[in-house]
Amino acid sequence: MSEQKIDGFELKPGFKGMASDTGSDQTMFKGVHWGKAMMWIFLLSDTFVFSCFLISYMKGRGSTIVDWPNTSEVFSLYVGGVPVPLLLIAIMTFVLITSSGTMALAVKYGYEKNRKMCGWLILATAVGGLTFVGMQVFEWSKLIHEGVRPWGNPFGASQFGSFFFMITGFHGFHVSIGVIFLFIYTYKVFAGHYESKKRGWFTKMKGDYVEIEILGLYWHFVDLVWVFIFAFFYLW
Amino acid sequence: MEETNKMNETTKKEDQTSTQKIGIYLWIWLLLFVLSFFSYMVDWYQFQGMLRWSLILFFMFLKAGLIMAFFMHLFWERYALVNVLLWPMTAIACFIFLMTAEFKYTLFSRFFYFVVGGA
Repeated sequence: MSEQKIDGFELKPGFKGMASDTGSDQTMFKGVHWGKAMMWIFLLSDTFVFSCFLISYMKGRGSTIVDWPNTSEVFSLYVGGVPVPLLLIAIMTFVLITSSGTMALAVKYGYEKNRKMCGWLILATAVGGLTFVGMQVFEWSKLIHEGVRPWGNPFGASQFGSFFFMITGFHGFHVSIGVIFLFIYTYKVFAGHYESKKRGWFTKMKGDYVEIEILGLYWHFVDLVWVFIFAFFYLW
Repeated sequence: MEETNKMNETTKKEDQTSTQKIGIYLWIWLLLFVLSFFSYMVDWYQFQGMLRWSLILFFMFLKAGLIMAFFMHLFWERYALVNVLLWPMTAIACFIFLMTAEFKYTLFSRFFYFVVGGA
């Protein structure tokens, strides 16, 4: 959410605004904090990384002449002796969306300078992320126990394992990094670093709640990637 | 007195411009839950073929769009930023198109040489 007023420069809306912003011989992203712009650029590059993974998965799955494992059976859980398809994955999806919602609210309360609400909501987001990673560890160990390996598995095409571990592993790594930062920022918010304008690491930038929005962008991106993994890897 | 009241009002107004109403976040949150539930139902009822794929893609793009537009605030950002972020996606679409042609060729060759046994 950019500031809509900048001194000495008329901000036009829409594509006209885009043209005048880009050709203004000043900063291009008017009213966007540089940290936020850099986070967006990073997320754009990360989008390409995950796209390459998913496209290589598409290529691998599309070109094998052996049947692909039936994901709704492979990822089913037994509840009272009855297999429920994709149960764990569905719960993981809901947990991640819940944490995305709490993060969105944390950003909102941060901008309203509501320190306590912001801190608790970031903590809730961190706990949600931790739950997600925990369930992923459970899922991995279950599949490894059943004999899924990067070079083969008992359910079908042998490429399944390598794509599964690579894609969900890379996503889980992103979630883990996010959880670490969420805990750090929980501390920073509760300690009042954004009221006292304490400086962060590697930067002269004074602490500001815009950092919470930047953190939020990363976290929503992790959720966004999961939307695509859920659709293409688990449901397809 | 009148003056200070006025000032308070203006500062309050300025504070509010940088945040959205809580209702919109809660609505999007609820919608994401409902859409995830629907996409899970696609598997639950074991829809197959084109129906399955189109439903999966529909719910996926809707969810991704909602997250980007509202949770990541792109709906409220200036076009200079939005366009820098969205146009590179066409490169990904190109790549998907190329690799689709590629996997079809690989599949054909594998069938031709491994199953049929070559010419």
